[in-house]
Amino acid sequence: MLGKLSWSAIPFNEPLPLLSGAAVGIVILAVLVIIAMKGWWPYLWREWLTSVDHKHIGVMYVLLGLVMLLRGFSDAIMMRTQQAVAVGDAQGYLPPSHYDQIFSAHGSIMIFFVAMPLVIGLMNFVVPLQLGVRDVAFPVLNSVSFWLTATGALLINVSLVIGNFARTGWMGYPPLSELAFSPDVGVDYYLWSLQISGIGTLLTGVNFVTTILKLRAPGMTYFRMPVFCWTALASNLLIVAAFPVLTATFLMLLLDRYLGMHFFTNDGGGNQMMYVNLFWAWGHPEVYILILPAFGVFSEVVATFSGKGLFSYRSMVWATLGICVLSFMVWLHHFFTMGAGADVNAFFGIMSSIIAVPTGVKVFNWLFTMFHGRIVFRTPMMFAVGFIITFVIGGLTGVLLAVPPADFVLHNSTFLVAHFHNVIIGGVVFGALAGINYWFPKAFGFTLDERLGHASFWCWLIGFYLAFMPLYMLGLMGMTRRLEHVPDPSWQPLLLVAEGGAIVILCGIACQIAQLYVSIRGRDQRRDLTGDPWNGRTLEWSTTSPPPAYNFAVLPKVETVDAFWHMKRMHQTTAKSGYEAIEMPRNSPAGFIIAFFAVIMGFSLIWQIWWLAILGFLAAAIVVLVAAWSTDREHEISAADVAQAERAR
Amino acid sequence: MTITASDEALTADGSELVRAGGGGPAGKRIVVAYGFWIFILSDMVMFSALFATYAVLSGNTAGGPTGAELFNLRNVFIETVCLLLSSYTCGLGALSAERRQPGRFFVFAALTFLLGAAFLIIEATEFARMVQTGAGPSRSGFLSAFFALVGMHGAHVTSGLLALIYLAAQVIAKGLRPAVLRRLLCWSLFWHALDIVWVGVFTLVYLMGVHH
Repeated sequence: MLGKLSWSAIPFNEPLPLLSGAAVGIVILAVLVIIAMKGWWPYLWREWLTSVDHKHIGVMYVLLGLVMLLRGFSDAIMMRTQQAVAVGDAQGYLPPSHYDQIFSAHGSIMIFFVAMPLVIGLMNFVVPLQLGVRDVAFPVLNSVSFWLTATGALLINVSLVIGNFARTGWMGYPPLSELAFSPDVGVDYYLWSLQISGIGTLLTGVNFVTTILKLRAPGMTYFRMPVFCWTALASNLLIVAAFPVLTATFLMLLLDRYLGMHFFTNDGGGNQMMYVNLFWAWGHPEVYILILPAFGVFSEVVATFSGKGLFSYRSMVWATLGICVLSFMVWLHHFFTMGAGADVNAFFGIMSSIIAVPTGVKVFNWLFTMFHGRIVFRTPMMFAVGFIITFVIGGLTGVLLAVPPADFVLHNSTFLVAHFHNVIIGGVVFGALAGINYWFPKAFGFTLDERLGHASFWCWLIGFYLAFMPLYMLGLMGMTRRLEHVPDPSWQPLLLVAEGGAIVILCGIACQIAQLYVSIRGRDQRRDLTGDPWNGRTLEWSTTSPPPAYNFAVLPKVETVDAFWHMKRMHQTTAKSGYEAIEMPRNSPAGFIIAFFAVIMGFSLIWQIWWLAILGFLAAAIVVLVAAWSTDREHEISAADVAQAERAR
Repeated sequence: MTITASDEALTADGSELVRAGGGGPAGKRIVVAYGFWIFILSDMVMFSALFATYAVLSGNTAGGPTGAELFNLRNVFIETVCLLLSSYTCGLGALSAERRQPGRFFVFAALTFLLGAAFLIIEATEFARMVQTGAGPSRSGFLSAFFALVGMHGAHVTSGLLALIYLAAQVIAKGLRPAVLRRLLCWSLFWHALDIVWVGVFTLVYLMGVHH
């Protein structure tokens, strides 16, 4: 009746996950009770849960990413603490089976449920505004995408309390992830949560490629698009081309585990290197799916806060597209040690090094944009400058790792761990934090506190260097990654420094929470009444903060790149009359309900409760069919109503 | 004279703007079909991963049967003819729908459905025969890859047939209005794409499999 599920699935013997699970449960319950007592449910349902407005979906994505950042970070600090204390004779406080789950969950969560939602959230909020249009191409699909991502996030958190998570690392390499070596539900949690959220991401990719290529304001030719839109286009093209590979790969591993097939098993003619190849054929483009939008954020931030147009816009675009293509030709550098031979390794080593060329073009473009600019050091700009320095270091260690002989020495060492944290924290996370600080006033109509923003930046920057520079050194000294116990006591001083770095980053996160709290409390003094708090250059700043549901009462006419800057220089103002009726998509509960049944289906598949899985799938399918039946998805805002709303603002 | 010249300049300038992508937001039909093309593209990428896996694992029979022993080219040929013909009737159905001829549309939709169903029945019997003779998907890496690739195509055909019933119901309930026509357009794109995948399956799996 309940498949593999029984009381023994709840880890009563491990107090740590149970207590943290209980704490999270109490917090969620308290939030729900407060919402109910304040009578906010109808508002929440109407404006957020069923909203198909790209701005609201974007905010929900970012919120999901930030909440999951707390989860992923608590995993990180637990690992750092374990390595700092479990040296020599001491065994630390985490048993191996628990430690292995923590590093697997940390990686999976940080990539799929922190970095992806932050990046997709920013794209959701910003892209239609920058393109000067009213929504994405498929608004209901957009809501479905978000809720499927949330489904995956929920399932991965359920594994904390019911059952366990994978102990395979975040890549889930077979044969370790095969049934023979991982017979419990951990790998199944990993596979189903990523499979469901991956479908959501794929649909986002389809949606945004269509939006950027087919829905732009009149006059916005390709080479008048803001650079962030270019990077979003490249990122979503990569999603469309890479995520289906991940879906197919996970499907095959699921078939191995559930139906006893032999794709990646040791016996029966399986080939585990096939998994590794396919995984990285997705995994390397994934790195650029994350970093390209961050490059876009920095391009906007650096231009705005230098008071200058971006240096060499066209070379920035071509560099972006170059990286987009090259990212598919380097995947083998993740496993030079596979033994593919010198010629294959040399090819992939050279291709990997070549990516540094377009990336270098970008770095110089940012520097030349700042050169002779009137630089204003607001929080986003601080992150941008910190990014340029940090990312160059990470890029250089990447070029070092791209040399196969060096990689044979450093493979799977903490040098590698330091390298990818260097580019992901210094690039993606700094980019997301810069973007949040930059676009927050557009989303909510008031700015974030600068003092606490600067404090959080310094904590993140210093914390990052303290936490990861020691890992570079330890890697060169021979320390491999994922050690639950450190055998060499001479490594301990550096591990203690790294632990200190993690604590400094924790202070940075605390500063951000304080920044949010202080800014919301003092929002009446922080209002952005102009809609253009930073003297911006692109179209999102030409509408009010926050923008109306329809973004622009009259679609802007674009004549140059940096369209809004041009309008301000020409003293063009937005039209105050001649409004026309606007067609807007209706709210839809489809995404939320589909996600509800997807949770049931995913959970039952993990625990092999077949009847419930079938029921969940059928229910979700029926919701899709009901939603797809309607031919009346838009409602019209009459010209008179638009005029009235515009006068009121 | 001057007016004509400036008019020409305007149009020339205007069409250049449109060519460079500055013509403003595209119409619904273009957006929907374009988005569906992108989706099909992603589906093709998924199939390519399965094709690649099949190419790598096709020799790993683990002492079990090979393709040459298992495949019956006569049946596969009938399957292929059914599917390709169904694409032809699908095209005729799409044309009738565009011309707002619901009667003809239903005839061609029914023919498409029958041909697709015939394809599926032949494929399912082949699968059942293989499983009964001990050549199921868990027998070897080769057979796992075979069932995953061909089965994924079959699953697509199945969902295509279900979608056809659903869309036919929409045509009955709502008539051939623009929203329904857009959905039919997407459906026919999907159906033709499955043909292209099948040409790959027929060549790589069956023809090459028999000759190995």
